[in-house]
Amino acid sequence: MAFEGLADKLQNVFRKLTGKGKLSEADIKVAMREVKLALLEADVNFLVVKKFIKSVSEKAVGQTVLESLTPGQEVIRIVRDEMTQLLGGSLSDIKIASNPPTVILMAGLQGAGKTTMCGKLGKYFLKKGKTPMLVACDIYRPAAIQQLKVVGEQAGVPVFEMGQEKPYKIYQAALKEARKNGNDMLILDTAGRLHIDEEMMAELKRLRDEAQPTETLLVIDAMTGQDAVNAAKAFNEEVELTGVILTKVDGDTRGGAALSVREVTGKPIKFVGVGEKLTDIELFHPDRMTSRILGM
Amino acid sequence: AAFTRVDEDLLEELEETLILCDMGVPTTEKVIAQLRDRIKEERIREPEEVRRALAEIIRQLVEYDAPEEKYPKIILIVGVNGVGKTTSIGKIAHVYKEEGKSVLLAAADTFRAAAAEQLTVWSKRADVPIVKYGEGHDPAAVVYDAIDSAKHRGTDVVICDTAGRLHNKKNLMNELDKISRVIDREYPEAERETYLVLDATTGQNAISQAKEFAGVSRITGIILTKLDGTAKGGIVCAIKEELGIPVKYIGVGEGIDDLQRFQPEEFAKALLD
Ligand SMILES: Nc1nc2c(ncn2[C@@H]2O[C@H](COP(=O)(O)OP(=O)(O)OP(=O)(O)O)[C@@H](O)[C@H]2O)c(=O)[nH]1
Ligand SMILES: Nc1nc2c(ncn2[C@@H]2O[C@H](COP(=O)(O)OP(=O)(O)OP(=O)(O)O)[C@@H](O)[C@H]2O)c(=O)[nH]1
Ligand SMILES: [K+]
Ligand SMILES: [Mg+2]
Ligand SMILES: [Mg+2]
Repeated sequence: MAFEGLADKLQNVFRKLTGKGKLSEADIKVAMREVKLALLEADVNFLVVKKFIKSVSEKAVGQTVLESLTPGQEVIRIVRDEMTQLLGGSLSDIKIASNPPTVILMAGLQGAGKTTMCGKLGKYFLKKGKTPMLVACDIYRPAAIQQLKVVGEQAGVPVFEMGQEKPYKIYQAALKEARKNGNDMLILDTAGRLHIDEEMMAELKRLRDEAQPTETLLVIDAMTGQDAVNAAKAFNEEVELTGVILTKVDGDTRGGAALSVREVTGKPIKFVGVGEKLTDIELFHPDRMTSRILGM
Repeated sequence: AAFTRVDEDLLEELEETLILCDMGVPTTEKVIAQLRDRIKEERIREPEEVRRALAEIIRQLVEYDAPEEKYPKIILIVGVNGVGKTTSIGKIAHVYKEEGKSVLLAAADTFRAAAAEQLTVWSKRADVPIVKYGEGHDPAAVVYDAIDSAKHRGTDVVICDTAGRLHNKKNLMNELDKISRVIDREYPEAERETYLVLDATTGQNAISQAKEFAGVSRITGIILTKLDGTAKGGIVCAIKEELGIPVKYIGVGEGIDDLQRFQPEEFAKALLD
């Protein structure tokens, strides 16, 4: 599972810190270098790491820490607090519109796992008594509509499509259909796009403006490296995200992208994808994740 | 200062650049150590020259001698989920087709929703035939049939798509091993290639991917996709350094022409841009 490698490394650093008794400024410097390496190996963005280390170091070399009877514990507490903040507080579920339908817009880079996640969310909310409908707004990828149809069928959720029509028009028609059939949730699948592709980003924005989604979610691959922040920042600026979904967490990645994306967008991670099956979806608990990473 | 100097600040800045390209700490440190040696040995004084020397070191790290192409050839395409395997197959088929070779595609991703339909669209775009079964069939059987068909038709190049799979999933890796054995057993006369497809946005996990896939089948090259974004794919430097696996092609878009042969010099320059 993701994050385990990072957890191992950090706990190693902590063990050394608590094993020492008294700590000097030099000890803390060594420990901070190790934390920095662990975070970089986990793919946390370099600039995020620098900021994190600076903030922890400043607090850790303060009088109260160095003079404390258990300085190691103090340093660990500081790292833990900063990490908890980085991962963003408590659970945040999908918002449900007071005036249905709830509209969820899925966006992200190519191959991140958007279409699969549409099916997972559809199934998830169907079980919660909602009547979701998937909307095929990826008009480019070969067989994208067919893929969504298969996924919808597996989930037991209807799929609305209009072939290669403009996404905002597909949305308009889907809304009418939803009103007619009493669907209280629309989940919009969109084409994967690069954050620097102006035309494609404009298309997404047009769809966002039309749909006024309850949730605009960035779907991001947990294996993403340093570039995660660039994509996340650009999507957030263009369509104002309300949250993030992290996919492929069932891999052995250390998952630093999660920390970076959270830091640069300030938006919570709401769900994680933990496999290819439609039931492989979990709510994201930042506090539990922090505990797991820090071994508490 | 009024004059520029080669100092620690410059080296630190370059180190940062490499980390931000996903080269990873160990390889970055090795590369920077080499750079220090060269600066000393060659008495480099100008920052521009330092950059050039660094690009040169990276170029040497990633370059390799491409063996001559032989036919018939069978190419197995592997990689984790969503990296661009199926799309790259469409592009490679197009490359060979343009060179006048006959090509056959094997739709051995029988798992993902609409995977065969997706590859069928690419087979039409590239104007090459495809062997496919329905969803849920044994992928090794598809490959078996494709080989059989290629032998009869005298096809130059067979390209096998496979389902995306995470390298830490044992049963899925075993399935790949089975496909790989079918190729070895049924088509020994063909030149065998296995390409690992890596997404340029991937971070340090790509090393683990390369190791695990190489454990199943000897990887003869990497296809580095999505280089048309802002990610630089620096992790391939670490993979070359640690595992000796070279990059063969790069993907620079979603169109059929968006595949290029890997150019070490251009790649090195782009990393430092
Ligand atoms: N292991 C694993 N695979 C996943 C997960 N989520 C999606 N996938 C796989 O990732 C690949 C890409 O998923 P898609 O849903 O097609 O991704 P997408 O973002 O819609 O892709 P584009 O539409 O091409 O941009 C597929 O092989 C999925 O089965 C996950 O949580 N774990
Ligand atoms: N921008 C860009 N997108 C690419 C490139 N190569 C592939 N893609 C896109 O990435 C997404 C995934 O590509 P696929 O070919 O389906 O990937 P895959 O590895 O076969 O995926 P699975 O079979 O689900 O594991 C699609 O949206 C492609 O259009 C590339 O070089 N650049
Ligand atoms: K990806
Ligand atoms: Mg999709
Ligand atoms: Mg595929």
